[in-house]
Amino acid sequence: MSSDDIIGRAMPASLAEDVDRTHDTVASAADQRRSALMAAAQDGDGIAYQTLLRDCVLVIRSVARRRGVPADRADDVVQDVLLTIHRARATYDRRRSFTAWLTVIAERRAIDLMRRTRRHQLREVHAPHALEAHVDETIDLGHGLAQAEAGGTVARALATLPPRQREAVQHLVLEERTLADTASLTRRSAGSLKVNLHRALKALRRRMDPVDPGGASR
Amino acid sequence: MTTPSHSDPGFERLIRDLATDLPPVRPLRPPFVRALVWLAAVAAAALVFASFSDLPVLERRLGAAPDMWLAAIGSAATAILAALAAFRLSVPDAPRRWAALPLPSALVWIGASGFGCLRTWLVPGTQVADLDHARDCLVFIVGLSVPLSALLVVMLRRACPLAPGLTAAVAGLAAAAAAATLLLFFHPFDAAATDLTVHAGAVALVIAANRAFGRRLLGGNLSRPT
Repeated sequence: MSSDDIIGRAMPASLAEDVDRTHDTVASAADQRRSALMAAAQDGDGIAYQTLLRDCVLVIRSVARRRGVPADRADDVVQDVLLTIHRARATYDRRRSFTAWLTVIAERRAIDLMRRTRRHQLREVHAPHALEAHVDETIDLGHGLAQAEAGGTVARALATLPPRQREAVQHLVLEERTLADTASLTRRSAGSLKVNLHRALKALRRRMDPVDPGGASR
Repeated sequence: MTTPSHSDPGFERLIRDLATDLPPVRPLRPPFVRALVWLAAVAAAALVFASFSDLPVLERRLGAAPDMWLAAIGSAATAILAALAAFRLSVPDAPRRWAALPLPSALVWIGASGFGCLRTWLVPGTQVADLDHARDCLVFIVGLSVPLSALLVVMLRRACPLAPGLTAAVAGLAAAAAAATLLLFFHPFDAAATDLTVHAGAVALVIAANRAFGRRLLGGNLSRPT
């Protein structure tokens, strides 16, 4: 039995209506606050924008959970949606509900991510030892990292990564643990670690690219 | 505007990066209004073409063949509805079913054009286009669709479509339908099977090209830094 059922049985109908009305009022106040923050962000107010985006993270996580996105991919949805809000902020109509606008975008991005994941899984071959045995001769990661570390670039770039991607780089690259060790240490699947490592390396390469060092916002 | 809220340390850096030196943006006009701007550009092109066209002949020809009127109305309505759908799809919270908006008028356009083919069999002596003229039609539709598509993609890029391939394909339909409608000014032929096939091929080519190129241009909007 859900808490709503218990409350519904325990309180009279008029009181339940009052609770619903209060809930709607609170939701409406939160929405109005977000709409005002977004309007300020459209006018160039960075502080309002930071407050809004922090607030959005919770809403996006909730939508991702509702859409069945696995916990270890929720960060990807949050990152995607934050970037989408940033790119699409000129399309937000101030007369409309910001929460409704955000929810639709988060649902789309969650569905897109699930589709991409399914397509990726269909193409993937299950070979648990392949990554450990494979040597990528095209990159000299150790040398590159050593160079970058000297300037503190890696630490700064790492700090911009979502937690699970940062964790994958920390254990698999910087501490040179095996995939199996890292999986048991972090209690995450090898597949999830591989995906997060791949994304993290891609993001790090982009962010530390000397030609385009401003890639952090991508 | 600095109401405290929950913070996720994992995204703190990203949020700060996005908010640093935030430039003001001018909210885009509603999709309907932006579609009207593009349609006004098409109408301006129609006025220019009309000044070069033999309008009394065009009027007589359309008056003698009601299916041609219907085909013209169908293609013009397809251009208008596809443009509206493309601009609606370009905002990230638009339902994807907007892509179906121009389908009924496209069916009228195809149906009326197909009926024109039948008429050429039923009415002896009907003047139909030969292969050279059909090739000219192909060049006209594709050639005019290029600037119309380019204008459309530039306008759509200002928004942020979450389905760039679909948006670009619908934009291609709008441009091709507009070009096919404007072709009427210089098309003194009744629809024949070869002619209709060439028109359909030109429209399909424009839609496919828009989907291929427009998808990249519109999709890049999500990964481009500000």
